[in-house]
Amino acid sequence: MAFTLRINERSIAVEAGADTPLLWVLRDELGLTGAKFGCGMGLCGACTVHVEGQPVRACVTPVAAVQGKAITTIEGAGHDPIGRAVQAAWLALAVPQCGYCQAGQIMSAVALLHDTPQPTDGDIDAAMAGNICRCGTYPRIRAAIHRAAQQLREAR
Amino acid sequence: MSPSSATTPPGAVPEPCDAAAEADQPPSIARRKVVKGVLAAAGLVLCLRQSGRVALAGDRKYGAAGEPGGVVDNPLVFVAIHPDDTITVTVHRPEMGQGIRTSFALVVADELEAEWPQVRVEQAPADQARYGNQDTDGSRSMRHFFEPMRKVGAAARMMLESAAAAHWGVPVSEVVAERQRVWHHGSGRKLTYGELALQAAQQPVPETAVVRLKSPEQFRYIGKPGSRLIDGADIVAGRARYGIDTRLEGMLYAVVARPAVLGGKLAHYDARAALAVPGVVKVVEIPSHPLPALSYPLGGVAVLARNTWAAIKGREALKISWEEGPNRHFDSQRFETELQQAARRPAKVVRNQGDVMGMLREAGRRIEAEYYLPFLAHASMEPPAATARIVDGHCEVWAPVQDPQGTRDLVTGLLGLKESDVTVHVTLLGGAFGRKSLADFAGEAAVLTKAMGGTPVKVTWTREDDIRHDYYQAVALERLEAVAGPDGLPVAWLHRSASPTEDATFEAGAEGEDSSEYGMGMINIPFRIPNVRLEVPGVPAYTRIGWFRSVYNIAHGFAIQSFIDELAHAAGRDPLEYQLALIGAPRRIDPRTLSDEWNYGESPKRYPLDTGRLRAVIERAAREAGWGRSLGKGRGLGLAATYSFMSYAAAVIEVEVAADGAIVIPRVDIAFDCGPQVNPDRVRAQLEGACIMGLTVARYGEITFRDGRVRQSNFNDFPVLRLPESPREIRIHLQPAGFEVPLGGVGEPGLPPIAPALANAIFAATGRRIRRLPLGTQLADWRA
Ligand code: FES
Ligand code: FES
Repeated sequence: MAFTLRINERSIAVEAGADTPLLWVLRDELGLTGAKFGCGMGLCGACTVHVEGQPVRACVTPVAAVQGKAITTIEGAGHDPIGRAVQAAWLALAVPQCGYCQAGQIMSAVALLHDTPQPTDGDIDAAMAGNICRCGTYPRIRAAIHRAAQQLREAR
Repeated sequence: MSPSSATTPPGAVPEPCDAAAEADQPPSIARRKVVKGVLAAAGLVLCLRQSGRVALAGDRKYGAAGEPGGVVDNPLVFVAIHPDDTITVTVHRPEMGQGIRTSFALVVADELEAEWPQVRVEQAPADQARYGNQDTDGSRSMRHFFEPMRKVGAAARMMLESAAAAHWGVPVSEVVAERQRVWHHGSGRKLTYGELALQAAQQPVPETAVVRLKSPEQFRYIGKPGSRLIDGADIVAGRARYGIDTRLEGMLYAVVARPAVLGGKLAHYDARAALAVPGVVKVVEIPSHPLPALSYPLGGVAVLARNTWAAIKGREALKISWEEGPNRHFDSQRFETELQQAARRPAKVVRNQGDVMGMLREAGRRIEAEYYLPFLAHASMEPPAATARIVDGHCEVWAPVQDPQGTRDLVTGLLGLKESDVTVHVTLLGGAFGRKSLADFAGEAAVLTKAMGGTPVKVTWTREDDIRHDYYQAVALERLEAVAGPDGLPVAWLHRSASPTEDATFEAGAEGEDSSEYGMGMINIPFRIPNVRLEVPGVPAYTRIGWFRSVYNIAHGFAIQSFIDELAHAAGRDPLEYQLALIGAPRRIDPRTLSDEWNYGESPKRYPLDTGRLRAVIERAAREAGWGRSLGKGRGLGLAATYSFMSYAAAVIEVEVAADGAIVIPRVDIAFDCGPQVNPDRVRAQLEGACIMGLTVARYGEITFRDGRVRQSNFNDFPVLRLPESPREIRIHLQPAGFEVPLGGVGEPGLPPIAPALANAIFAATGRRIRRLPLGTQLADWRA
């Protein structure tokens, strides 16, 4: 089937089976390999993208369900000031180890800061519990979210 | 260029071809490549001389010289300076999150007097003859290549100075390289490295013996915080390329149905329904190899499709029957009983001093305990994946592999090619932890592209494939018995470690731990105990055993450090004070006097076991953690310390156990001595990560088998630690050390003390002794 997707503020036409998860459309059809495959079951968060600003797991989201909706992937995260602040905080605290989970971590963190500009540790726990990092970068992720929140507050 | 560094717009396919990349380069670089080629041979000669020197010092080769490929320290192999004044450092060891691309580059940059923002990194393909050893495991990269990489940078700097002196017609003693320029003292003239690049490449490479290294006070990047992660910007923008991200023109996507039981073979299959799935192109049988497993593909049936999803759906539609072979009855629960029986019988003695058996027969205060560690899966976030194609008889592979040369040898053998007809490009590794040392998945890609007449094929493993077809960390049952003297310290110590050997993956029928396996924290206990007997029963392996970060140190460390805590409590003594008394006064122990002939492949003279350093990390961790503070019921501190990979690590974990057994870890203090830290921030990161992985081992990690099959499949039934369960604070305390101290490993040694420190903390908090990992729900009823 043909679909028109709005990804990172661009309209893109793709051919895919209606039940194909968005993740494989992004990665295989469109070459947007920033969103990662980690489990295929919505368990790890590596594939996190935004649909209408909400974090969703692209591995369990059929492409038919997001037709016409605004999709943001890690490749488009820097289009927005919160995304840029999160990326900058990630670099300042040298969060990544292997880096494989980090696209998903960043997309979850950006969504959190959109909803909750000054998150508590409890807010961070709740928002980030679905994103696994096997390298164990959690302490730095927590610190980087606080740092991005602070930088955004100071910028206002 | 590997596709890992390419930037690709949506829909485009990165060009992975070396020839195209070369054509783009300015002529000076192309020429440098030619020069590089000629001088690579000189690099090898240097390496052989070095090995010879090391060999003179003893009967066998130690350190890097003892590894295949040895060391190469020729700057023309590793450094390219471009006319635009950027500098490319070739990193020959794979990057899996340990930060080696950043850390090697900063070592070279420092000695080279390069400006860090000007430094780029290129990943070397598999070629051990050219680059030296590339097999990235054993926490060895910096330990073995710190000095060679310094020499690479320093020799390149000297060549730039010679080129400038020749250009100006002045003695080389009048010029100095600083901050990416060469200056002439007398005249104040200067040339940038970019301007000198071409002439410098034609200077003779200085002999290793005359290369002038900086003194440590002159270091600008080595040992300093704040060097940007070389791949950081790509990672946070989603541009970093891992093995699973490889895309080639016309590529097919494959997933493979493999035999669920190790040694199983395809009996019969029906591909009709699979071929009817839209997007599926072909179904191909992959032959099974007879055991031992080695790194060969497991065999089975591959579904090749136009995208990954179609391949997954196609595989679901396959109808397959298997011949399951001799491992079909393997049951890990029954095996636990076998291990226990083995650990209760006398077995092969690997260290014996005094008369332990006599002491145990008479035993006054005899204490015994058994500890259990299950099989563990690595579960790197990037599952195994690899891409291969064959063009004009030349096979190229793109893969996230820890052992590039081993991968190249595997593909060479599987396809019946010459080594020169196989290129292995090393992508970024999305985690590995030992799993990607054995590249069966790259073998699959190679076999499939051959079956498809050279068409590019990417094999992707699903998480279920990864969990069910790992090379597992071996299950272990550790039995300890001790006789306590009047002061409560042991006068006799018996330890039997019943665990299948990784050797069985390579040699059918191999049983029980080998010297490198019991060499990991079992044989080399440095305690003041007059009677010691260590035994390893010969137990078989029924699945593929591999290496998991810190390997056999996990089981040995858990058992020994828990047992010492038990002995301390039995003696009514404080565990900190008790362990220090057990270690005794600071001394440097030749590992051979502990019957440890292996010593992680390092020289026993250069790397003795220093109990002063072990004591120091224990005392530091305890002090920083506020050891001895009273915490009240349900809260406690636990201590554990281990020596592994030439580094000393101690952890104090604070735990809070709720009435329902739920656990919170407010704080972990880790003191660590790896000698000098080349990149202290990455050392901290590795310790933080090892702590979190160690907590997964302690709390959740468990692979079980029934009917020869792994019963877990994904993160629902093989859980790993998540952010809310992460310690509120992990405080890393690095012991200072000068650069005259030989380097220790970093990636692995942080892990072994974590599980026992947690178990000991739980005992302090609850009075419950955890002898079996994982913790799971063992504390649910602790208040009852
Ligand atoms: S891949 Fe989507 S949640 Fe794991
Ligand atoms: S950085 Fe490696 S999985 Fe998170």
